[in-house]
Amino acid sequence: MSELALTLVRLAFLGLLWGFVLVTVLVLRRDIRQPADSTSSSKAEKKSKGRQPKPPKPPKISRKQKIRGTRLVVIDGPLVGTVVALEGGQITLGRAPDSTIIIDDDYASSRHARIYESEGSWVVEDLGSTNGTWIDRSRITTPTVLPVGAPLRIGRSTLQIQN
Amino acid sequence: MSNRRNVELVLLVFAWLLGILGTLQVGWATGEGTPPRLWITTGAVALIALVMHLVVRFRATYADPIMLPVGTLLTILGLIMIYRLDVADARRAQLNDAPIPTPDVYSQLTWFAIAGILFCGVLILLRDHRRLQRYTFTFGLLGLFLMVLPLAPVIGTTVNGATLWIRIGTFSFQPAEIAKILITIFFAGYLVKTRDSLALVRTKVLGVGLPRAKDLGPIVIAWAVSLGVLVFQRDLGTSLLFFGLFVSMLYIATQRRSWLFIGFFLFLGGAYFAYSTFGHVQARVTVWFDPWAYADTTGYQIVQSIYGLANGGILGAGLGQGFPNLVPFASTDFIVSALGEELGVTGIFAILLLYAILIERGLRTAITCRDGFGQLLAAGLSITFALQVFVIIGGVTGLVPLTGLTTPFLSYGGSSLIANWVILALLLRISDRSRRPDLSKVSPDDAMTQVVPRVNQS
Repeated sequence: MSELALTLVRLAFLGLLWGFVLVTVLVLRRDIRQPADSTSSSKAEKKSKGRQPKPPKPPKISRKQKIRGTRLVVIDGPLVGTVVALEGGQITLGRAPDSTIIIDDDYASSRHARIYESEGSWVVEDLGSTNGTWIDRSRITTPTVLPVGAPLRIGRSTLQIQN
Repeated sequence: MSNRRNVELVLLVFAWLLGILGTLQVGWATGEGTPPRLWITTGAVALIALVMHLVVRFRATYADPIMLPVGTLLTILGLIMIYRLDVADARRAQLNDAPIPTPDVYSQLTWFAIAGILFCGVLILLRDHRRLQRYTFTFGLLGLFLMVLPLAPVIGTTVNGATLWIRIGTFSFQPAEIAKILITIFFAGYLVKTRDSLALVRTKVLGVGLPRAKDLGPIVIAWAVSLGVLVFQRDLGTSLLFFGLFVSMLYIATQRRSWLFIGFFLFLGGAYFAYSTFGHVQARVTVWFDPWAYADTTGYQIVQSIYGLANGGILGAGLGQGFPNLVPFASTDFIVSALGEELGVTGIFAILLLYAILIERGLRTAITCRDGFGQLLAAGLSITFALQVFVIIGGVTGLVPLTGLTTPFLSYGGSSLIANWVILALLLRISDRSRRPDLSKVSPDDAMTQVVPRVNQS
């Protein structure tokens, strides 16, 4: 093997090693961005999905706008940073392992509260919890509309609907 | 969220091709020509990686697509370097008319296969990581048992001053590597139950909010055990890893900075005690301050390692063109300096980035995980990677005193490779659970099956 060829192979190896790192970072970036809105997904992303089943379609824009608020974010407490998309159906909160958001907290009940969609807005209902479900500073007793940005308190966690 | 299995496959093929190129370069540069069993060994690696990929595809469909290829690439880089050191050892033996030592690369490949089988086993048998929480204390006891096992009279073995190995026949193993996983599971299970009292209940001592003595118990025990490891097994690295892991998990679980301070002062106290009591700790520290003064004796390793890194420079000497075998233990503790010599700073930074990506994915898994146990477990497992990489690469480059820890995935050694692949399997399992879009059956009294896709925060 000539000196030149060896140098070329050596540089190619380093280049490809960095290529791997860069491809990984690209995948990582797309992975972080991906789910925000599936309408703007790039071609490459569609390609990478391959034959896998498509995720359920998000609700139509008009309805989305009427509901206002597309995701439920935990803004304080042990699960801070967790985000769940609000797309129809309901979200259950509590200590039970089958809850959508498992609030592992001594002050939360097994089936603490649920959030569902009603007439274009998101409604919180307390499911008979011991320590109560609070919107801002008031404890709710009946199903109550949860406006965007209002702090929903369950145990030591605070949640918020965001657009 | 769609699953990303095809991306993972592409990245795996990429890593495999890099492996072939590297192996060929070692062969060409050392004048061995194309390695004799190239297709058998690379075929074996491809087979292991493919099986792991298929198991992930069918058993952890929504898991993170990056962790498996990154782990595989690091293992492959380690295999290339071990092969390269084998060639150098054989060359030296020839020159000295000594018998040619058995190559290490085949046994490392065998360990990789075993690690692959265990990786698949974890993913197939463990469908939900929360099942591990049930056996919190069983795992804790088992972990402690494994940690003290090398002190047992017949099977325990002392190698290079550290009593870390057990030996049964010709088979030797470092139980601490497995204990590390079990103890992380124990910490996660224990802290998720007690974190409220650890975080909230505190008494004022001299104006500082300190936890109650009762709550301080476990951290003191962890501290004592890690010190015990240091005293009886004379292993700095493992005791550092063990203590660092516990303090960081306490911090993550309680989100109280005071634990970091308490941990830091306990560490300082322990470090001072160890320094003033044990000769080998003292030796490590003096060498760290000034390796050149001991270049012919205790500092030989680290000085050779620094020479090697300097020889590598920016772009490296090239695989097969340096002298990495001059560093003692080049294939285990010092594999990073061997890679640094032949791949240069450019290559080392790529490797460090691979670790950073791996750890980032692990911590992200922890953030997106929906149950407290999974969060703590994922965070703890990622932190074991982070601590190990910091302690060993810092030690090899002279940033911190040198302690014997293995470099995850790269180092030659079966127990470490197996343990790291099991950790990766656990992380993928948690990641699969937290990224799975359809949570089947959300509420038993709800007839409608709900679909709640996850959204990562960007």
